[in-house]
Amino acid sequence: MSITISGMTKRFDRTEVLQGIDLDVADGELVALLGPSGSGKTTLLKIIAGLEWPDSGRLQVAGQDWLQLAARDRRIGFVFQHYALFPHMSVRDNIAFGLEVMPRGQRPSRAQIAAKVDELMAFLQIDQLADRYPAQLSGGQRQRVALGRALAIQPRVLLLDEPFGALDAAIRRDLRRWLRGVHEATGSTTIFVTHDQEEAFELADRVVVMGAGRIEQIGHADDIHDHPASPFVARFMGATVELPVTLAAGRATGPGLDLSALPRRALPDGPARIFARPADIRAVPDPAACWTVSSLGSTGAELHLTATKPDGTEVEVQMPRRGAPALSRGAPVALRIEAAAVFPDSRRDHAAPVLPLRKEIAR
Amino acid sequence: MSVQPLIAPDATPHPGRPARTGGARLLVGLAVVLTLLIVVAPLAYIFVRAFSEGWQVYAANIMDPDTLHAIWLTSLIAVIVVPLNIGFGIAAAWAIAKHRFPGRGALVTMIEIPFSISPIIAGICYLLLYGRQGLLGPWLREMDLQVVFALPGIVLVTMFVTAPFVAREVLPLMQAQGTDQEQAAVTLGASGWQVFRRVTLPNIKWALLYGAVLCTARAVGEFGGVSVVSGSVRGQTNTLPLHVELLFNDLNTVGAFAAASTLTLIALVALALKTALEARRG
Repeated sequence: MSITISGMTKRFDRTEVLQGIDLDVADGELVALLGPSGSGKTTLLKIIAGLEWPDSGRLQVAGQDWLQLAARDRRIGFVFQHYALFPHMSVRDNIAFGLEVMPRGQRPSRAQIAAKVDELMAFLQIDQLADRYPAQLSGGQRQRVALGRALAIQPRVLLLDEPFGALDAAIRRDLRRWLRGVHEATGSTTIFVTHDQEEAFELADRVVVMGAGRIEQIGHADDIHDHPASPFVARFMGATVELPVTLAAGRATGPGLDLSALPRRALPDGPARIFARPADIRAVPDPAACWTVSSLGSTGAELHLTATKPDGTEVEVQMPRRGAPALSRGAPVALRIEAAAVFPDSRRDHAAPVLPLRKEIAR
Repeated sequence: MSVQPLIAPDATPHPGRPARTGGARLLVGLAVVLTLLIVVAPLAYIFVRAFSEGWQVYAANIMDPDTLHAIWLTSLIAVIVVPLNIGFGIAAAWAIAKHRFPGRGALVTMIEIPFSISPIIAGICYLLLYGRQGLLGPWLREMDLQVVFALPGIVLVTMFVTAPFVAREVLPLMQAQGTDQEQAAVTLGASGWQVFRRVTLPNIKWALLYGAVLCTARAVGEFGGVSVVSGSVRGQTNTLPLHVELLFNDLNTVGAFAAASTLTLIALVALALKTALEARRG
């Protein structure tokens, strides 16, 4: 089922949780809503599920107005962050729940329900857990049961709220691959919410980056990584080094900075800011430069150093130790920026989302 | 990782368990003696006195028509009040725990009011409101309804006094559980009633039973509020606790203790149920 959201707003008391969301999701697509907590991603998911209602905007699924439908009539599969399994029911009964509560006319026979549940448990590789209770399951197993329960009603749309948020790293990676497989097998339109970039990029066809109630950028992993659409996305994607520069004829320059690796940009002349990842910065010994190495450490593979300017500005640098020049504390260095996003200063931090990226910032 | 014990293991026969000191023994002994004196002895004495003139006299006292009527009336009140309070308790807890609405905080406070108001004041309030000279008196007379000095008044006061019991037990549990399970059930297509019966109710059933037991014990034993509105008419509006007092004032001590023994029995059963339920709730 394709999903079309337009002009959606929602406020809780005085907080604008959603400030005009427009989003299209194609039939069978797997989309991640990525953002820090408080960005409104879970609220958006709950509105699609019918567990919250927007103040304004439209929600159309396969051409049908879903804001006219109660949650129980939407036939969605919702997987909660903390699973929300029914503790007094066995795994089998949990999964059968959606079929058991169907109105008498539509409800499958007892044998059909049992067969359907067996089939699902085999598909999700949890058939050996059929008679256990949620309290007797590990986190990863609960997650599988929660997904089984959601899939049992053959949902038109599958929604997952931080599906792996409560699990440890090894199980996360495992389940991620497994969920991708489940999605490919069922082909249902799926939206999941996460604050974990790696998870979003590895799993999703398309990632929607949200910040403070707006969509900041929609795209694929490489796009968002290399061409953040706003300072917010740049910072969220790990470009934590923020430095003032001056733009002239599309070229950025700054004191003690070697910015020659950055391509020319179609940006107006004047003050601007660059956003770079510590791993995209190299410290180069230069007796004339205004930066000095104020701390220096090594992880074996990488050198971690902090460069400081007399005005107190600090920059974190991570560079491969092999091939690095000899550096010592107090040494004067220039900073060579290998890659960075550039935004003119006049622009507001949370300015218009989804801009034509390639034209604006090219690397 | 191992942690070195501060005291070498052979310093005490059971590491981690200090030997009982004289002070601790004194405190334990004091607690036992006080419990015996204050709780156990009076309770036991009720049965001693009730049976002091033998089984026959005890049975005759219980079988006295007025006593039987008091037992029946008290049971009737419990049978009416407890289900009503279960309904009220679930509804109030459900509303407070699962929904946001204006006046929610006020409702939480209002549920607690009966705990902090002396029952006798509740009784007087009902007397002033529903009595013959009361605010609603003329209207009630016109409708030919008797509330005060009749069953409805006793039921109303008992309901007031016992109102918080179920709600107070169920509410914290519902709040702790949040609404995720209910929301999950709704997305799976369950109707409001199905959500309640299949998801909410099983989650709160032990707390609900616990609250119901406490509510029953209180409803059966209520004295102060009921004594104001019942009028204590023997064989008509005399509940068991009031009857005990009447018999005692009549200097019929054996009768009073016999009636009291039935009340005590109910209380002990409730206590046993409560203990069993606490074990179930873990």
